Formats: sequence, C-alpha cells, structure tokens
Amino acid sequence: MPTETKSHPWMALSAPGAIDEMLAKIGVSKVADLFEQIPQDHYRKTPLDMPPTLSSEMELRRDLVTRLKRNEDCEANLSFLGAGVWQHHVPAIVDEIVGRTEFATNVWGSYQSDHGRNQAWFEFSSQLGALLNLDVVQLPVYSWGCAIGHAMRMAARMTGRNKVLVSQLSDPERLSVIHTYCQPTQMAGSIDVITIATDPTTGRLDLGDLKSKLGDDVAAVYFENPAYLGTIETEAAEIARMTRAAGAETIVGVDPASLGVMTAPGDYGADIVTGPVQPLGVHMQCGGGAGGFIASRDEERYVRTYNGFLVSIADTAKDGEFGFGLACPHQNSYGMREDGNDWTGNSTYLWAIAGAVYMSLLGPEGFAELGRLIVSRARYAARLLNDIPNVSVTWPDGHFKEFVVNFDATGRTVADINDALRAHGIFGGKDISGEGLKLGQSALYCVTEVHTAADIRRLTDTLKEVLA
Amino acid sequence: MSRLPEFHAAKWDEPVVMELGRPGGRGQIFPAPELEIKETIGADLIPASMARKDRPVLPEITEFEAQRHYLHLSQMTLGMMGVSLFGTCTMKYNSKTSEYATLRPELAEVHPYQHPDTLQGVMGIMHDFDHILRSLSGMDQFIFQAGGGADAAYTMAIVARAFWADRGMLDQRTEMITSIQAHPCNPATAAAAGFKVVNLPLEDNGYPSLDALKAAVSDKTALIMINNPDDMGIYNPEIKEWVRVAKEAGALCFYDHANFNGVMGKLSARELGFDACMFMLHKTFGAPKAGGGPAVGAFGCSDDLAPYLPCPVITKSGDKYVLDDDRPKSAGKVREFWGNVPQVVKAYAWARGMGAEGIELASDISVVANNYMDKRLSEIPGLEISNPDITMNRMEMTRWSFAPLCEETGIGTADVANRMADYGIDPFWMSHEPWIVAEPFTPEAGELWSKEDIDLWIDVIAKIADEARNDPEMVKAAPHNQPVAQVNGDVFEDPEKWAMTWRAYQRKIGA
Repeated sequence: MPTETKSHPWMALSAPGAIDEMLAKIGVSKVADLFEQIPQDHYRKTPLDMPPTLSSEMELRRDLVTRLKRNEDCEANLSFLGAGVWQHHVPAIVDEIVGRTEFATNVWGSYQSDHGRNQAWFEFSSQLGALLNLDVVQLPVYSWGCAIGHAMRMAARMTGRNKVLVSQLSDPERLSVIHTYCQPTQMAGSIDVITIATDPTTGRLDLGDLKSKLGDDVAAVYFENPAYLGTIETEAAEIARMTRAAGAETIVGVDPASLGVMTAPGDYGADIVTGPVQPLGVHMQCGGGAGGFIASRDEERYVRTYNGFLVSIADTAKDGEFGFGLACPHQNSYGMREDGNDWTGNSTYLWAIAGAVYMSLLGPEGFAELGRLIVSRARYAARLLNDIPNVSVTWPDGHFKEFVVNFDATGRTVADINDALRAHGIFGGKDISGEGLKLGQSALYCVTEVHTAADIRRLTDTLKEVLA
Repeated sequence: MSRLPEFHAAKWDEPVVMELGRPGGRGQIFPAPELEIKETIGADLIPASMARKDRPVLPEITEFEAQRHYLHLSQMTLGMMGVSLFGTCTMKYNSKTSEYATLRPELAEVHPYQHPDTLQGVMGIMHDFDHILRSLSGMDQFIFQAGGGADAAYTMAIVARAFWADRGMLDQRTEMITSIQAHPCNPATAAAAGFKVVNLPLEDNGYPSLDALKAAVSDKTALIMINNPDDMGIYNPEIKEWVRVAKEAGALCFYDHANFNGVMGKLSARELGFDACMFMLHKTFGAPKAGGGPAVGAFGCSDDLAPYLPCPVITKSGDKYVLDDDRPKSAGKVREFWGNVPQVVKAYAWARGMGAEGIELASDISVVANNYMDKRLSEIPGLEISNPDITMNRMEMTRWSFAPLCEETGIGTADVANRMADYGIDPFWMSHEPWIVAEPFTPEAGELWSKEDIDLWIDVIAKIADEARNDPEMVKAAPHNQPVAQVNGDVFEDPEKWAMTWRAYQRKIGA
C-alpha cells in the first residue's frame, strides 16, 4: 500500500511517492519497519496535543504578526531602559549582513568552505581588540554575565585561588549568573564572591575596603567601567595596580559603545576584559541580543585557559594567501569533555558578525562621535531631571550613559511613577528600589545616541506633569 | 550516478577589513549634540583619567565598502547553499517568514524590563510554545534561558544542585553518570557545576550495559544525563530500565534530546520516566544555527523540579501572561534575561507550520532518508558502518567510517571533508570526542532534502572514494575550488605564530 503523505513546503520527501521509492531501495515495505529498534512499550500513549497547523505561509505570517503586535515597543514609545540591554542605533547594513542566508543557516564546514565567515569572526576580534587595546579576543559567549563567570573561573584556574571581589553595587541580573558560575561552597572548585564597599558620595569602589580584602586567597577583582549604575571608575589604574600587587587578576567589564571616548582597558592594567556585544549593532530583541566577549593580552597562560573559540589567522598551502582556523582547539570541552576548560557549544556567534560590520562602519571617528553624543545627551538628561522639584540624580556627574534618579522626596514609588509615564508612551528607567542597594526609591535611566534633546524634554515635561 | 556539478566557490581575495579604506573614510556619521545641550553641560564630560587619548586603529571605510566587503565574505561561505547533511545538527529549512517577523520593531526593539503588560504578545507566544513542548515531552514546565544545548545541560546540572541542596544532600550526591558516547557538553557542564563525572563505556551492542549502570549508581549519584538514540543511530532498548534503576538509587534522570528528530511524536520523555529533558530549538525546531548561535536549549522538567528553575518563568493568570520571578528555591540564572527570544518565536513558527501531523511525518522521513543513505553508502567500497554486527535499521543518523579506505589509500575523513566542498557539498560532521570509530563521519538527512539532493551527496562521496584510489595526492591537497587553499594548522598551537587579532598578527608576522 502506498505511503500517504500530505505535501509540505518544508519537506521535499513529503511529495507523493518519494518515501515509497526510498523504501523500495531499502527493502522494507512500510515506514514502521524502520523503527524496529524501539520496543513497543516505549511508544507514547498520549496523542500530541497541538494547536491547529498553519502550513500556509500566509496564515502563519498573520498569526505571528498579529500576536507580536500586542507588544508595545521602544520605537513607538520613548524608552529609558538599559541595564544589560540598551537601545542603540543599528545600521541597516548590519541587518542585511546578519540576515544573509549563508551566515544565518551556516553550521560548520571546513576552514576553507567557511572562509568568509571565519574572516568575519577574525575581524570582530581584531576590531574589538583595537578598541580594547588587547591582542586576544575570544568569540562571544552567551552573555556578559556568562563572560564574567568564565573570566572568574579562568582567574581561579590561573592563580589556584578561590575568592573573587566585586562591587556591592552590582547588577543583580549579572550577579545571579556570576553566583551560578562560581557555585555553592559545597561543590568542588567553588569560588567565593565577596563584595567591596563603594563610596556613597561617588558610587565608585572604596579603595580602602578593597585593600583590606585583597588577601593572598583572592583570584581576581572584578569591576565595571562604566559601572552598573553608570558611574565611571576614575581610579581604574590604581585598582589594577593594587590587584596585581596582591597576585590577583584584574577583570574589567566595559561598554564597547564608550570606547571611542573612554580609555582602553588594556591601557590601565586590565588582565581580562569582558563586556556585552549587544551595543555593537545588535537589536535588543527582548534580551535575545545578549552576548558577552572575553579578551586578554596574548600571553600563553591566558590563552590556554580560555573556554571557547579563538579564531587565528594563518597561512595556507598557497604562497602569500591567508586563511583562518581555531587556535588551541583541544583545550575546550569539544576536545577534552569534562577535562576541558569549563564548557562551550553553540553560542552567539552571529553577533560577532554583526559586531564586525558595526565596528567597520563606525571606524575611529564614528566611535568618538558616538561616545561624545551619548555622554552629552545622558548628562543633559541628568541635569534636566535633577532640576525637577523633589527629583534628584544621585551622582550627577561622572557617568556615561546610565545614571540613578531618586524619587524619595516625591513620596511616590518608582513603580507608580513608571505606570504614569507609560500612560504617556514613556518607559521610565529600570526600577532598582528592590535591589538592596540602599538607594531608596530610585530608577536607573539610560540615555543613548537615539535620544534627542526633544525626547529628553518630553521626558522631563511629562515627569513634571505626572508628579504635579 | 548524478551528474556532479562543475562547482567553483567565489574567490574574492578579500583583504582583512583593517587594510581597507583610507584616512577620513566614514561609514556612519552621528550628529553633534544639540545646541541646547552644549550650552547646558559644556565639554570634557569624561573625567581626565579615563578620557581616551589614542585613536583606535579601526578601518575607515564608506557604507558601501563595508556592505560590499561583508557580502563578499558571505559569498565565500558555503553555508548550506550546497547540500548539508550535517549529523547531530539536524539541518532544516529556516523559514524567512519567521525571520522577517522577528525583525519587526514589535520584537527587535523591545526591552525585557518593559512592563509585562507591554509584552503580552511575545509572552503569549512563549507560553503557547512551552505548552507545545510539554505535549511533545510530557514535562510540566519549560524555560528558554539557556543559550544553547550545552547551556541547557548546564541548567540541568544547576537545577540538580539546587534540588539536592534543598534536601541537605549536596555533600553526598556528588556524582553524575553518563555514557562515553554522550555529547561532550553533558560531562563538561556537570563538571563545571562541581559534579564528579562517571563515564560508562559502550558494549558490543552499541550502548553501555545495564550492569555497568547498576555498578555505577549509588547513594552518591546526583543525576544521570543520557541521549537516546545516540550518534551511531542506535537506540538503547533498555532505557526504561535505566531510568528505573537510577531512580531507585534516588538519582535524577535527564534526557538529552539532541537526537529528537527521529522520535518526534513517537516518544515522550516523561512517559519513559525522565525528570527533565532539553530540546535544541536551533536544530530540531527549525530556528537557524547562524554558525553557532544565537541558539536556545529549551529545558523542561517535572513539577518536582520546577521550583528550582532559573527565573523568570512565563506563566498565565486569567487572561494575562505573567513573568514569575518569585521562586525562592530557584537555582539562579544561567544567563541574563529570558533567553534568545526571537529564536523561540521562530521555533514556535516552525511547530505551527508543521503541526502535529507534519512533525510526525518529519520524524518518519528523517529515518527513511537515513536508512536509504545507509543502503547506498554500504554499496561504496572503502566505507564501513559503525557496529557492523548490528543489522537493525538505524534511527535518523548513522556513524560511518572511512577506515578501510584510509588503510587502502591513505585518504582519511578529514581529507574527504576538504574535498567535498570542491563539489559544492558542505563538509560532513565527523564525530565528537572521543573517536570511538576510526576515520568517522556522521551524515543526517533530516526531512528537508530531496532524494536528488541525497543521491548527489552520496555520489560525491563515491566519486571521492574513487579519486582516493586513482589520485590520492590530489585529494590530500584538496580543496582546489574554494576561496582559499588548505589552511596551515600548525599555526594554531604555536604561541609564536597564532594571532587572534590583526594587532597580534602585525606584531608577530609583520605588516
């Protein structure tokens, strides 16, 4: 009896007769014969319970678009949300290139058949290395928090020590990932995460407290520049010096969008640098744009402790030609299973290509203009917000694109104020009141190059109205 | 025998981007801050100690030059434009409809910290897809935070950690048991989470023995992590007994459903007794692989494990979708935010586009196509199937070996892979470590490809086997029609020569 199938646009062998032609070659009479390995009592007893099939593209598109349109987005609204995912301009060319089917559907071929993709990956590392002033950049891991977690584990492997120091004003989202990676103390290889106090007048690390905690059991000091709450760590070189003197590694987290105007971490003593890739031409995508990089100097002791993919340029069998491949491929989990460095797998490598295109479009002048524009608009927003009665900016100077706005004197909660703003089409800053930072009813506002002076005045005018 | 294409890859001789352009070239321009801003706040906004003084050494090119450069690079990437039967990765068509839908601002330009009332559309999709996966697996709750299959295995490890910690038994339940044939991510993530790994060897029948498992499990076992079928295409018929034995010892049981394609709609992880499982949305569920992510390892578990899941979990209350962050027993996050949301939307679109009937048919087709391949590959001299004594039909992929060909001609699997691209065919997947089978390769046809595609792929393998006998030097030196000649692998382990950035390359090799 012929096998009955319904033709489907995504399955060539669903066309009538195709399966039977193959069964004839195999030498069996029906499909079920091929599943002889599975014992009968393993088959599921409950039938699948699925919503109706939408095999027509037209119907499927309508379903997707109708449902997605129930979202409110940051283009139709005016958003000041940041804290790990930020609204930046994405050049159209980036969307074109990451949408190329050769890149989007690609899996893994040979170094030669993947040549173009590997070159794009190498160019991501090369350009980011130029922004960081560092020689080694690994392809991105899942997120910034994951990059920090791996960097801390690298430091622990390198130093044989089991304690890391972080700011008490850390992002709870990233900190949760860091705690996961450093794991509970009962487990083998666990790393203690200890907090460093901050100066209440500036939000920066308290160097006296840092000094007191820098014992010979400390594997690494981790700080961000700009930090979670937007503040700039002006004593970064001194922190790195103190850390090195204690025999520990300095791990820094940076915002790549700041590096046209802020000192490269490679120039102030950072040993391992992490950061998000999303600002480099990746849409927010409800957090789906996350990705995190790890970079360091080109010293073998660092290179040999990386967990993932390091793309190196190399010569080829043809004189004067170059190609690309993976350096130290055997030290990761593909090569050594449980004995490799942490683990790796599919990650966020398409965003490396987005980042390569983005950085090549901006160039040195673009990054300088971008940095100046962001810090100018953010500072302007802070100034205007600070001028609103009962509203104050906690550290009004010395921040990059994010800053803390305190609403204690209004007698209202951030949640309440943000509800009111939302009714006016404005997404207020992230509510950080419940994060245990002892900053009262505060919100973390993010202002980038996409926010014009008029947008900022719209925010402050609306806020005045809402608070009146 | 198909007529083999006279293929030649694009070869643009494209310089590294750092060498393009000229000083002053611009690809993006940002406006100066408005006058009212300048007047209010002045200049020098970055503290002097942190103000950048050097100019980053980046290319200075126009918008078009950037576009053309990266289009050239895309054209020098074979990327499934030929025929890719890449085993363990389940190559599928990646619908452009869902790709375009996710580029709309309603998804591309939304922030995870927006009020949930403004995210009901995407939360609804994720909630409904959670229920589709529940139906396919029998599990009680799925989350999508893990950024790939390995990250989902890691999620299992930390959920197990939290489960045992909650019972005060983390000091005792310290071991994870798996098979030497399991994907490396299972032992690697368990070890990274602090567990001791026990690897069970394979027996002649292709899977570890029940006795070996019984000898390994004890009151120290925290969990077992296992895939089935494995990458040889062999299904462990004792899996229900495995789960029973492990659970009798108190251990948790995790089903790594990387190889789900052949059993979709046929098996339910929960009905087999498993406590948790994971699906790879960028493989089985039609979301693109993108050269290695953004990916999603959808992690599902029973109600018993659900309290330990990373947050947030999307739930429904009345007519509203809710982000549940209040889970005091949560194991913590494996990654920031909710996961690679657009990939979840694409997987939902795939499931809706296929429907229950389509999913069941795809599973049938994948096993038919693989057994057709096995039949044809077995007729090519020099090739050998793994576990040749096992004569039962394999599942959706089979591990094969070029060992006889290599012995005869000196041409091994890496040589064949390099040569395949000369015919416009994507090189195959060889094998994960350790290589239990010599000179391995692992084709998997899935449900996408036509009989003609599959025949072409096999004909190319047959042709290369002929070439190995007639002109082995030519095959050894392959590829010949690719963007570049064979890359010199010696560089990659040499600290004096490896260069992960252009600056390192210039320092070591010279401009």
